[in-house]
Amino acid sequence: MKSDFRARNHPAYWAFLAHRVSGVLLSLFLPLHFWALGRALQGEAGLDAFLRWSEQPLVKFAETVLVLLLAAHLTGGLRLLALEFLAWRDWHKSLLALAAGVTLAAGLAFLLNVI
Amino acid sequence: MYTRAQVLLWTAQRASAVVLAVCVIIHLVTIIYAIRNGITAAEILGRTRGSYAWCGFYAIFVAAVAVHAPIGLRSVLAETLNWRGAGLDLTVLATGLALALWGFRAVYAVFV
Repeated sequence: MKSDFRARNHPAYWAFLAHRVSGVLLSLFLPLHFWALGRALQGEAGLDAFLRWSEQPLVKFAETVLVLLLAAHLTGGLRLLALEFLAWRDWHKSLLALAAGVTLAAGLAFLLNVI
Repeated sequence: MYTRAQVLLWTAQRASAVVLAVCVIIHLVTIIYAIRNGITAAEILGRTRGSYAWCGFYAIFVAAVAVHAPIGLRSVLAETLNWRGAGLDLTVLATGLALALWGFRAVYAVFV
């Protein structure tokens, strides 16, 4: 049977999609992250030049999105590990809400500190 | 792909996920704490330069990422683009090696 959008429109499907999208975007970001840290090979000045560039509001916004992606992938991954390796408990149904809450808290904590 | 190889990839994905869970929690807490008064190269390098503890931590972090990310991308590419076979496996292997080399270079850069 071919599943249409209605069959997919439930929280677990959106969690699956969020885990995939965050994983792909984080993987694409990694080379840039490693390149930025590698600037330390040129001394403090090399790294500082990059950090000054990252002071722009748009970059800070992008950093906040990255923190949200990282937290979402972490909490979504912990949820998957719990579902796969722990015996089923009723509270597992609440893991999605918990994952979303922790993700938002991490994003907000970063945003409040970075601005 | 042989079943044994699939099982190996599945196990490596979960094992690296457990390591990454610990690393990412430490990383997120460090980022959120370090960013509170703005961040400078002196601050970052003051923490990491010559520190075998941070060097070891980031080396483990990079190694786990270099295992985890390519296996995840492999699943996404196979299921989304219906890409299978040696071409996909080689691409994934090259991605893992590149991430490891690029990542260890970054760890070295903030250690020396």
